[in-house]
Amino acid sequence: MREMIISELMQALHELARAFAHFLPRLIVMLILVFVGWVIAAVIRGLLRSILRLIKFDKLSQNAGASQLLTKAALPSATEMLSRFAFWVAWLGFILLGVSVLGIMGLQEQVARFFIFLPRLFVAMFIMFFGLLAASFFSRAALLAAVNANVPSPRLLSLALRSVIIVFVLSIAFEELGLAEQTMLVAFGIGFGALMLGLAIAFGMGGRDLARRFLEKRFVRGKKDENEDELSPL
Amino acid sequence: MKLAEESFLTDDFLRQLINVGEVDILVGLPTHNNAKTIGSIVHTIQSGILRGFPRERAVIINADGGSRDGTPELVTGVSIDDMRPASNLFALRTLHSISTRYASSPVSEVAFRTILAAAELLRAKACVIMSPESANIEPEWLSKFLSPIYRDGFDLVTPTYSRHKFEGLLITNLLYPMTRALYGLRIREAYSSEFGFSGRLGTQFLGQNVWNDGTEGDGVELRFTLAAITGKFRVCQSFLGERDHIERRAADLVPALRQTVGALFTALEPDFPVWSVVNGSEPAPTTGADQQVLLDPLRVNRKRLREMFLTGVAELESVFQSILSLSTLAELQQIARLPEDEFHYPAELWVRTVYEFAASYQKSVISRDHIIQALAPLFRGRAYTFLVENRNASAADVENNIEGLCLAFERLKPYLLQMWKSRE
Repeated sequence: MREMIISELMQALHELARAFAHFLPRLIVMLILVFVGWVIAAVIRGLLRSILRLIKFDKLSQNAGASQLLTKAALPSATEMLSRFAFWVAWLGFILLGVSVLGIMGLQEQVARFFIFLPRLFVAMFIMFFGLLAASFFSRAALLAAVNANVPSPRLLSLALRSVIIVFVLSIAFEELGLAEQTMLVAFGIGFGALMLGLAIAFGMGGRDLARRFLEKRFVRGKKDENEDELSPL
Repeated sequence: MKLAEESFLTDDFLRQLINVGEVDILVGLPTHNNAKTIGSIVHTIQSGILRGFPRERAVIINADGGSRDGTPELVTGVSIDDMRPASNLFALRTLHSISTRYASSPVSEVAFRTILAAAELLRAKACVIMSPESANIEPEWLSKFLSPIYRDGFDLVTPTYSRHKFEGLLITNLLYPMTRALYGLRIREAYSSEFGFSGRLGTQFLGQNVWNDGTEGDGVELRFTLAAITGKFRVCQSFLGERDHIERRAADLVPALRQTVGALFTALEPDFPVWSVVNGSEPAPTTGADQQVLLDPLRVNRKRLREMFLTGVAELESVFQSILSLSTLAELQQIARLPEDEFHYPAELWVRTVYEFAASYQKSVISRDHIIQALAPLFRGRAYTFLVENRNASAADVENNIEGLCLAFERLKPYLLQMWKSRE
């Protein structure tokens, strides 16, 4: 009986040792991958940081309004953020690659999913950045046009346009990521519809006089006010 | 005949030019739906040529931007014989009139390029661009523009006019003082729809200018004047009399700013080696009066100008933070808080504002078009102050005030240079 127990125990120990001997090279490969990945990720971070500084990405980000958001959230500059993001994505990719080498069932599927998700993440970020840039540009254009046309509440108009563009961009980005597609779609539909309805009601009811004056000024020549445009600037 | 521009000009137009042969004088007439006035303008031009240059070979080139009212047909249809009995004028040469449609919509840059290309192909010695909207054009204008070029060897003749003291505020408060301070030559109307130039200057500009087919902005007339100054061509002014354009409803301020200030700011970058070493300014040779100021009573809504300035300063603070220095912005906000009767936008502050806009434009701190648009409310504030300052001023007082502003632009030029270099 005692011998049987010792024999089973020894067999279990042998199997454990064999399994460990089988696993050890994979673990070493994983550690090597993680280390090499860290080095490559650090190089990518350095390169990206230099390129972004060269193309003055911070300036572009400032124009897009992204820098202001980062500052408010006490985060580093857009260049630093993007460089760090690239570092972590690259290193995480290598870590997951290393994990997949271990051959743990279930994890491999998750790793594959991550690599499929990665391009979508980049596209979503791209959409977000240029969406913010567009929102900033068009809202400023609307603000300037409204101020120069003497339209009441120009900042409100500009803010409304900016909000609409950001909501629109967010919905596209979330759709690209495949996150809460239905929720975002419905939320966007409701939000956009409500905004348009609100504007229509506000302009139709609250701004009747304003609309009348605007249309008269625009189309009825006889009603044209005496203004500085009668003085030729040139 | 050189056919360097053959890919740009249509075959039909080239054929017509070949039929004309070489000319001494070329009159360029850019048009777009000017049927109401073009007939009398062409008659006046023909009369001017017959009176001043009867022995010279001359051609009228109409560059039309897609008129739908038969303007080109009217230009080519006007016969010189119609005026002979009345005026008793006779041409010793054939006076040609050619029309070409350069585009389906008017683009002043393309029209000008077409005329320059025609002038080069025809080897014109002296050219003049006439506005189809000049209501009071006189035959003598042709001689006033062409004689200094054809007989005295000048390369560019810009006009001076009798103007109401409150007309052309953008010219008197920005364009004239700034071009004078930066380029060192006192040209009153650096941006004009009527001017004369030599074939030499036209060819030079045609070859050197980067033509963008009008897609990247306007102001080719101003760029042409600046090119003449920077190219060391001989520039003079000619007094034409009262300026009375048919389209008196003036261009809106923002498009006017784009055409003039936008073009000037754009030119500052390539012209930096020239203007950065200029000190002071010299008067340009002028035939006739330098400038006449009219003082007729004129009702102007000054209150609205101030209101739009106040709105601009309040609403565009975030935009101004990108363009202006903190001290300039603070001063603007301070004067915006002043009551109406104390409101005053001082000349020095205006000059610093304009220079800071120019430096920000060069650096493209935000979209360049947005920078130009942001200047509009501030210009209104300055215009308000100018109107108040000169409400009861005599012609001499107005001239003195403009001269004072010009000197402020010259005095503060180092400030622009400092910002320009620091921003580099």
